[in-house]
Amino acid sequence: MASTNAPKTWGVLAQYENTKILYNACERVRDAGYSRWDACTPFAVHGLDKAMGLRASTLPWYVLLIGIGGSLFGLWFEMWSMGYDYPIIVQGKPLNSLPAFVPVWYEMTVLSSCLTVFFGNWVLNRLPQYYHPAFKSKAFDRVTDDKFFILIEAADSRFDLVKTKAMLKDTGASHIEELED
Amino acid sequence: MSHDIERPTDITVPATSLWAKMPLFAGVAGVAGTGFTVAMMFGEHKERAFFSYLFAFALVLSIVLGALAFVLIQHATRAGWSAVVRRVAETVMATVPLFALLFLPIALLGFHDLYPWSHETDKFLEAKRWWLGGDMGNGSGSKFYFRAVIFFGIWTLLSQLLYRWSLQQDTLGDNKEARNAITRKLWVLSAGGIFLYALSQSFAAVDWLMSLQPHWYSTMYGVYFFAGSMIGFYAFLALVCMSLQKHGMMAKAITAEHYHDIGKFSFGHTIFWAYIAFCQFMLIWYANIPEETEYYMMRMEGGWNRISLILPLVNFFIPFFVLLSRHAKRNRTVLMVASIYLLFVHALDLYWAVMPNVGAHGEEPATAAEGARQIGEAVAVHGPHFSIALVDVTALVGIGGLFLAAFAFLLARNKVICIGDPRLDESLRHENY
Repeated sequence: MASTNAPKTWGVLAQYENTKILYNACERVRDAGYSRWDACTPFAVHGLDKAMGLRASTLPWYVLLIGIGGSLFGLWFEMWSMGYDYPIIVQGKPLNSLPAFVPVWYEMTVLSSCLTVFFGNWVLNRLPQYYHPAFKSKAFDRVTDDKFFILIEAADSRFDLVKTKAMLKDTGASHIEELED
Repeated sequence: MSHDIERPTDITVPATSLWAKMPLFAGVAGVAGTGFTVAMMFGEHKERAFFSYLFAFALVLSIVLGALAFVLIQHATRAGWSAVVRRVAETVMATVPLFALLFLPIALLGFHDLYPWSHETDKFLEAKRWWLGGDMGNGSGSKFYFRAVIFFGIWTLLSQLLYRWSLQQDTLGDNKEARNAITRKLWVLSAGGIFLYALSQSFAAVDWLMSLQPHWYSTMYGVYFFAGSMIGFYAFLALVCMSLQKHGMMAKAITAEHYHDIGKFSFGHTIFWAYIAFCQFMLIWYANIPEETEYYMMRMEGGWNRISLILPLVNFFIPFFVLLSRHAKRNRTVLMVASIYLLFVHALDLYWAVMPNVGAHGEEPATAAEGARQIGEAVAVHGPHFSIALVDVTALVGIGGLFLAAFAFLLARNKVICIGDPRLDESLRHENY
């Protein structure tokens, strides 16, 4: 009787020795049409996003929208609170004096933009992620040291255990391993 | 990943191109414009001519000083991306000695008409005499002249050394060690040079522009001038690079990546300018002390109020949203339009800083209170009036033309790219991620 707890193949992990081989391998995987896969490196490899065929991040648009929203909110809040809800005359200036409001207005714009960058980055990268199947791999430990990896998920429509492994072998992987969920 | 780098060969000004003829064209326009403006200095409207001349001088010099700052920063930070455009900047800054010459009409003819402290006095001005000089009675500008000599001395020394050493690199060919030694020398000079530059540029702005209203003071003024000068310089750099490429130079060397970086700096300094301009305004507005508010009071009268109100919009909000996007900075047409626009609004900013002082001279006040009262009166009675005169245009054409002629002359005499720079390959390969 097949246990429901039986390990299921999550995908394949391939290890590479340097950025040049990894870069070429990524181009191969990209051109083979895979969509559910990722590359993991110890440091940022310039141009890898191009080799992987990644689209530009949508984050700037969220930052722009929420930044403008936070900016308008900050200005409105100052004018409402200082000019209407709890009016106080400061320095003999009018209740709603724009120059005095600019520093806080500006800070609200920067703050809302920065918070959107910080948390938007987490959300779009699906963080925090406490567990990943690659953590079980002994070889994968060196992703924070000196090795480079490509992970292809079994959930990818083009995934075929034998063919995918063969292709990765062909791209110059020094080590290939199946990952279980 | 590593592409083969093709070292550029189109690195001299083609003899038939516009840039080869530029020294003649711009030189003729420059001599005519400057000649007309200087002739006006002996006529009936001489005060206006001095102010127009000072405005044009400050505007063109701001671009040249911006270039000097740019080169100093590139060397001091050992920047790799900028090697392909650095020679253009070096050629701009190498024209500094010309401005020592162009300063003579201001120093020798216009000193009395431009600077009220040269012949007026009160308690405020007496307290500033130790620095300003120009004692009453003998009308001496000796301290003013002496400081100008120091400023031009520093700028000439820095710019000529940076320029000559860089040219020397061109001739060294494959001698890698000698080229690296020069780059190291440039680095050491720039690290110290930044301090000299910052101080001299700041004090020059105080001397030549801020002291037009000697009662007024702003510790931010030197930085304000610097922020504007960098906007002007980056706009000029982008436009010159585009024009050189159009006329068959550095066709492949300068790419969207370099324009992207120049666009980022334009964008950044636009924000910097707004930050500085607003900081200066807000503190003065809030404290509301008469000798400080004078500056803005004068600019809230007679047509200048409209310029004052649109400055934040045209100098900050519009360029901010235009240049915000990565695609805009990488698009040559957008960057070109934005650069022309930024040069124009930078000119407007300096025009606004200089020209309201026309006709703002008052009588000698007997006491400080009297002086303060007269400041108010001067605004009310002899209020500045916004109007553009022909001499503004001739001064700008004159000084701008002479500068362009000198720039094009130096550009044609040498290679238009730092072909001997050890970081040139890195720059040719440069990519923004």
